[in-house]
Amino acid sequence: MLTAILVASVLLGGAYALMAMGLTLQYGVARIMNLATGETLMGAAFGSFWLFTAMQLSPLLSLLFIVPLAFAINWAIYRWLLTPLVRRAKNQGMLEVDSILATFGLLFVIEGAMLAGFGGNYYSYSFLAEPVTLLGHSFGLNRVVAFGVAALMALALYLGLNRTRYGTAIRAVAVDPVAAGLVAIDVPRAAAFAFALGGALTACGGSLLSMFLTFNASMGVVFTMKALIIVIMGGVGDPRGAVIAAFLLALVETVVAALVDPGLTLAATYLLFVLTLLFRPQGLMGRRT
Amino acid sequence: MSSTAILSVTGLSKAFGGLLAVNQISFDVHRGEIVGLIGPNGSGKTTLLNLISGALAPTQGSVRLRRRELTGLPPHRIARAGISRSFQLVRVLPSLTALENVMVGATFGPDAVWGAEAAAIARALLERVGLGGRENAMPEAMTYIDQKRIELARALAADPQVLLLDEWLAGLNPTELRIGIALIESLHAEGRTILMVEHVMDAIRSLCDRCVVMNAGSKLAEGSPEQVLSNHEVIAAYLGDDHA
Amino acid sequence: MIFPMQRREVIAVVASTAALALLAGLPLADDGFWLALAISIASYVAMATAWALFSGPTNYVSLATAAFFGSGAYVVSALAETAPWPVVLVAAALVGALLALATGLATLRLSGVYFVIFSFGLAELIRQLVTYYQTQVTGSVGRYIFVTISASEIYWQLLGLCAIALFTGWAIQRSRLGFALRVIGDDETVAAHSGIDTARVKVLLFCISGALIALVGAVMAPRFTYIEPQIAYNPMVSFQVVIMALLGGSKRLWGPLVGVIPFVLLHEWIAGRFPNHTHLLLGMVFLLVVYFVPQGVSGWLEKAWRRIRGESA
Repeated sequence: MLTAILVASVLLGGAYALMAMGLTLQYGVARIMNLATGETLMGAAFGSFWLFTAMQLSPLLSLLFIVPLAFAINWAIYRWLLTPLVRRAKNQGMLEVDSILATFGLLFVIEGAMLAGFGGNYYSYSFLAEPVTLLGHSFGLNRVVAFGVAALMALALYLGLNRTRYGTAIRAVAVDPVAAGLVAIDVPRAAAFAFALGGALTACGGSLLSMFLTFNASMGVVFTMKALIIVIMGGVGDPRGAVIAAFLLALVETVVAALVDPGLTLAATYLLFVLTLLFRPQGLMGRRT
Repeated sequence: MSSTAILSVTGLSKAFGGLLAVNQISFDVHRGEIVGLIGPNGSGKTTLLNLISGALAPTQGSVRLRRRELTGLPPHRIARAGISRSFQLVRVLPSLTALENVMVGATFGPDAVWGAEAAAIARALLERVGLGGRENAMPEAMTYIDQKRIELARALAADPQVLLLDEWLAGLNPTELRIGIALIESLHAEGRTILMVEHVMDAIRSLCDRCVVMNAGSKLAEGSPEQVLSNHEVIAAYLGDDHA
Repeated sequence: MIFPMQRREVIAVVASTAALALLAGLPLADDGFWLALAISIASYVAMATAWALFSGPTNYVSLATAAFFGSGAYVVSALAETAPWPVVLVAAALVGALLALATGLATLRLSGVYFVIFSFGLAELIRQLVTYYQTQVTGSVGRYIFVTISASEIYWQLLGLCAIALFTGWAIQRSRLGFALRVIGDDETVAAHSGIDTARVKVLLFCISGALIALVGAVMAPRFTYIEPQIAYNPMVSFQVVIMALLGGSKRLWGPLVGVIPFVLLHEWIAGRFPNHTHLLLGMVFLLVVYFVPQGVSGWLEKAWRRIRGESA
């Protein structure tokens, strides 16, 4: 039972880590708290679903379309929708309020588009549904594959941020946008890139989750909450913290779903959130100031 | 001497991660005294002020106001206990008029004065700092020194036992500086107790009864301005060893 | 700020009392479509005003209106058959205040972002908890509400709540609490260092706001006849209250009032004309408001008024 729960939560944590890394890039680098992140995720899930059922395209191949498309759309959102807010904000607080409101509106636009296209029904599809045995317990192959892809993406992001020149520039913007500008980093461009990359990672997480979850157009809020709480637990702007917190959240959820009731997973998420707020508001990895 | 100490700081320390920003600082401020807190940039003066005013909680040590323990209290409790402060970068309240800005100090300070009485106190203080007749002006439309005057009046409106000034004279031009020094001097004459972080040496020489010198988080020297400013270690801390 | 009541204020009080009396006569003229529309408008005026009591001066955007509204409605479903109506209302207000208190204690000591996040998922959290409780304990999700109360009575109660919300806002504005809120909205650091217990002020205000919204939920509950978590905790309520308050302008007491009426009419029109795209279109309207009317209609009107009178803005 224990190993089953542990393995299941690791498999789930992979996709959570992707969406949380996506949000932490958007919030930590581009300074936009994106309340529509769950809708980005659901949009990608519906995209994979549609490509699979209508075009018989494997969700793994559909990533090749969905991820670049999400990158482009998020770039456009940052450029046309959010940059005006960044420009008109007199300070960080104003930008925060404005971006919360704008992405809250965006949430309803995306959700509305999904409702118009798919209605309020629940969807799922069967892909790689055969069981595989891991450590003596059987799991859906789709979950294992999803985890593998998530791990690859996370590794690629880590190497990209830490081993490339542009990755260093992005990390510099995360630490101090003003100082980054002074050393000739194009901050608006880096912010747009980070926002787009974040959206792409979130979309990738959504496509992977669609392989084994049942979803509907109105579920975005729950995933946004999960992503936000993971980001806060991990420490804003810290992708490593996001990964650790993602697995922690997946573990707590899996335990609650297995031992208590699957209907209480959001309550478990909130419990983690409250504990974080009470004891480590700076995040697991953050330093207390 | 210690019986008249209003503010006592004992063994106060603050660590940020591994960095000791304030290290075992102790000193007293006596009634009616102006004490200057000086030292090179980054020596921990503002952090020390933040520890006293409650913006930060100390890692170790204590702050007492007339033997009342204030260590670790939140800023509003410290303000109500009778310590007011100004900020290094001037902070006025943009949507409140000059008069309302000053009333804030009286309304939420130790005496909790409200209504017409608070307005009367604020009006008198605006006059006092040289802003008589500007009661209804919005602070954003005012000059830098006028904003600093509002901030000072707001701090005074609480009728504090100790006034903390964080580089209140910084950024003023020579004429404004003279006005500013005269203003603080008049507070001194009134018997106010002031602890001020300051870089302007002329101001320190003419205003302070005593100075506490900090370097790299620790107390380097304490004494009259003439004493500390001729101290070799102090000169070395400011200008490097060659000049000492 | 002048403390005795100004002439302008006296005029405002007399005018709003007269307006209220006039509005209260509406059910005598019509008890069909117009009354239904008036109920919708009155409920949103009360909620948007209550929302702006807290979120306007503090700039802490609460996305949790549906959580308070739904909880108020659920108190009715739990108690209406056993307790007299006034007791039910008091219980609803208490539940709303307690919910706000818990949220406030968890988040309002910290920066505003945590509060927004907490409020964002709150309605969904409580919806899931209620669903869980009902499936585990009562065995069935959803309940019928048997309260014999006419549409006119609901309307009058809502008008009463609007009056209470506006009066509360007015009283707060004149009090030390209101002064403290303005300082907090401008600069929390200065507020704290001037002696304001910022966390306490924020929690208190949020509790008042939460109690009022829960009361609206309670009064509206009999309109639903059948209540289930999906209906009571509808996220559209949170969304609409925010957009109405923003459209009207949340910095002025009368702002939300100005925002509600056009938005309810627009909503009616969109929902009738494009039933499948309501969500999408309302989301777009929301974005338009955020981008093009950031100060709200009331801010815009005030500026125009000043210009007409020849004062500089």
